[in-house]
Amino acid sequence: MFGSLTDKLDSAFKHLRGKGILSEKNISDAMREVRQALLEADVNYKVAKNFVKAVTEKAVGIEVLKALDPSQQVIKVVHDELVTLLGTTAEPVAPIVKTPSVYMLCGLQGSGKTTLSGKLALDAKRKKKKPLLVAADIHRPAAVKQLKVLADSIQVEHFFVEGKQPPEICREAVKYAEKNFIDLVILDTAGRLHVDDELMEELEEIKALTKPDEILLVADAMTGQDAVNVAQSFHDRLGITGVVLSKLDGDARGGAALSIREVTGCPIKLASTGEKLSDLEIFHPERMATRILGMGDVLSLVEKAQEHIDIEQASKMQEKLLKSKFDFEDFLVQMEQLKKMGPLESLLGMIPGASKALKGVKIDERGMERMVAIIKSMTTKERQNPKLINGPRKKRIAAGSGNSVQAVNQLLKQFQQMQKMFGNFNKKKRRGIPGGMPRF
Amino acid sequence: MAFFDKLKKSLSKTKDNIFGKISDVVSRRKIDEELLEEIEEILIGADVGVQASMKLIETLRKKAREQKLTDGEDLINLLKEEISLILSREDSKLFSDGDTKPVIWLIIGVNGVGKTTTIGKLATQLSSEGKKVMIAACDTFRAAAIDQIAIWAERSNVDIIKSEIGADPASVAFDAASSAKARGVDILLIDTAGRLHTKDHLMEELIKIRRVVEKAAPDSTIYSKLIIDGSTGQNAIPQVKIFSEAVGCDGIIVTKLDGTAKGGVMIAVAEELGVPVDFIGIGEGVDDLQRFDAKQFSEALFS
Repeated sequence: MFGSLTDKLDSAFKHLRGKGILSEKNISDAMREVRQALLEADVNYKVAKNFVKAVTEKAVGIEVLKALDPSQQVIKVVHDELVTLLGTTAEPVAPIVKTPSVYMLCGLQGSGKTTLSGKLALDAKRKKKKPLLVAADIHRPAAVKQLKVLADSIQVEHFFVEGKQPPEICREAVKYAEKNFIDLVILDTAGRLHVDDELMEELEEIKALTKPDEILLVADAMTGQDAVNVAQSFHDRLGITGVVLSKLDGDARGGAALSIREVTGCPIKLASTGEKLSDLEIFHPERMATRILGMGDVLSLVEKAQEHIDIEQASKMQEKLLKSKFDFEDFLVQMEQLKKMGPLESLLGMIPGASKALKGVKIDERGMERMVAIIKSMTTKERQNPKLINGPRKKRIAAGSGNSVQAVNQLLKQFQQMQKMFGNFNKKKRRGIPGGMPRF
Repeated sequence: MAFFDKLKKSLSKTKDNIFGKISDVVSRRKIDEELLEEIEEILIGADVGVQASMKLIETLRKKAREQKLTDGEDLINLLKEEISLILSREDSKLFSDGDTKPVIWLIIGVNGVGKTTTIGKLATQLSSEGKKVMIAACDTFRAAAIDQIAIWAERSNVDIIKSEIGADPASVAFDAASSAKARGVDILLIDTAGRLHTKDHLMEELIKIRRVVEKAAPDSTIYSKLIIDGSTGQNAIPQVKIFSEAVGCDGIIVTKLDGTAKGGVMIAVAEELGVPVDFIGIGEGVDDLQRFDAKQFSEALFS
């Protein structure tokens, strides 16, 4: 998408190169393209209009730096402005200072409140705080059970009172929390349409009874133009303190983020990025801006890698590689670390240009899983010394991992090549010959 | 006309009805470029999308010229006709004469669009029409999804085939298809886990479900029905595209249209991909899941 925006801007500036200063005409041509890009990303049309107006004012008269071409210059202005609007810096959720702190979640049906409750609880638990998950959705069948199952799966406490109305349940939950040394009370309210007066009143009542430290609106990243109405209504009724953007692991460009931020003025605090309870990230305006413009997300990638790769293990690995002692055990560790970082496609999506360059290319995650299965079917000795693996052993490994002998052969061959490659690399290094990867 | 009244009421419940703004804009105006531009903006604001909106405006401009229209309010009728035309380009077919029982509906969609609730309502409606209905609880991923659909099955008094959380959804589907066949069921509704269309491994899982169902009930007619949240923006287009590629998409069910969102992206979807809309959800009640009628729908949008 960024590619196409750049191309369009390039053609809009075809005649500009070398002229120095951006004229009003140049800018208005470019801004038509920018507006369209924003609309395609689901930014509300009014928000897009205001945005374009603001950027135009900033861009007219800007001198094109010699190092940049005009389209880069405009994109920089657009991007900077987008970041400013999205909130400049990442703003975290309210820290748990007073106990119990109360977070109240609200949003439309299916926006991901219950899953987010679980994620927040897990996050609190990791920070050595004691969370309480409160089921305040008595409308959707089995919603209470869903929260209970999530609570059990991460071993945190769950609170529900049969036969009571949600405001009453929430009030009792806070009381319970006070007596039982709970640090954080998470209120999972029922999904509702913002035009549903009765249910909106219920939320107001819950707010009055529990005095939450955070009132988080959970919004689906795929929401279209209507995001402004939804956010406005919830904000008017409840005075939300922050927004959580959910389902950001899809391919929606997420223009709703800008719309919501514009109409409520509330910071977007968190990003929910997967089905696993650990898939919760701090929201970064800078990255969202690049995403809305379709520019990839390099920082998230780096952060993910840092979070999941054990530094100590990595340096051990490096040592082994240099000594050419890299074996299947190490290979397995590497694969597991890669897996922890999340689905490969989502990682690739974060690399600028990759989504375009790799369009249509399927990442063979199955292939990786197959490799892991084969390696896991080897004995420790075999893993450390693959040369041991002869015909009968191959047969056993193939049967054990549910693969063909061919697949085992293929893996062994690949592994040999890899070892050879590292070997060559080391030899060259030792001889002091500069140079890249060997050909084979 | 009670049915139409409810539709009209739901779709124009609030003053915020975005399509309704077009009626305000055109009143006492002459047709000119400025007016057309304003209408285009409103269409984009209703999620119709940049391309589809531009195309609609182009048609309006052409027809207004051909029919020598000058009065802005005439555009409303043109727009109604055109939207209705686009939305009815493909016929929505729930059942055909050539269907072999058990007819199987594979209900698919991204997370949180309302698949389970829709199945509950469908089951209730179909069984009250005298059909023998069965539900397959193949969302074995989301916590308590099985309980949720089981409650619906009990309410609507239909059979349900289910397993444990974490079970292989394809094996539940296989069991359900086999037993639907054995028990002489008219229609089997398969509830699947919500999945983002960008996750290849989850789409593979869906393909597998369809494959084993075909194996278990080889003669059955299978329809894939995609559920789309009415407030979804332009992302609905890749959703329809990618789900279609994986397991086909014979019809769309648009949910949650009783809010301020009016599902304008369906116009872009119909325009670009030609998939018909089967049902729309315009309220919480069982009867609020209604058969989609393009003409009534576009009529109700502007009233």
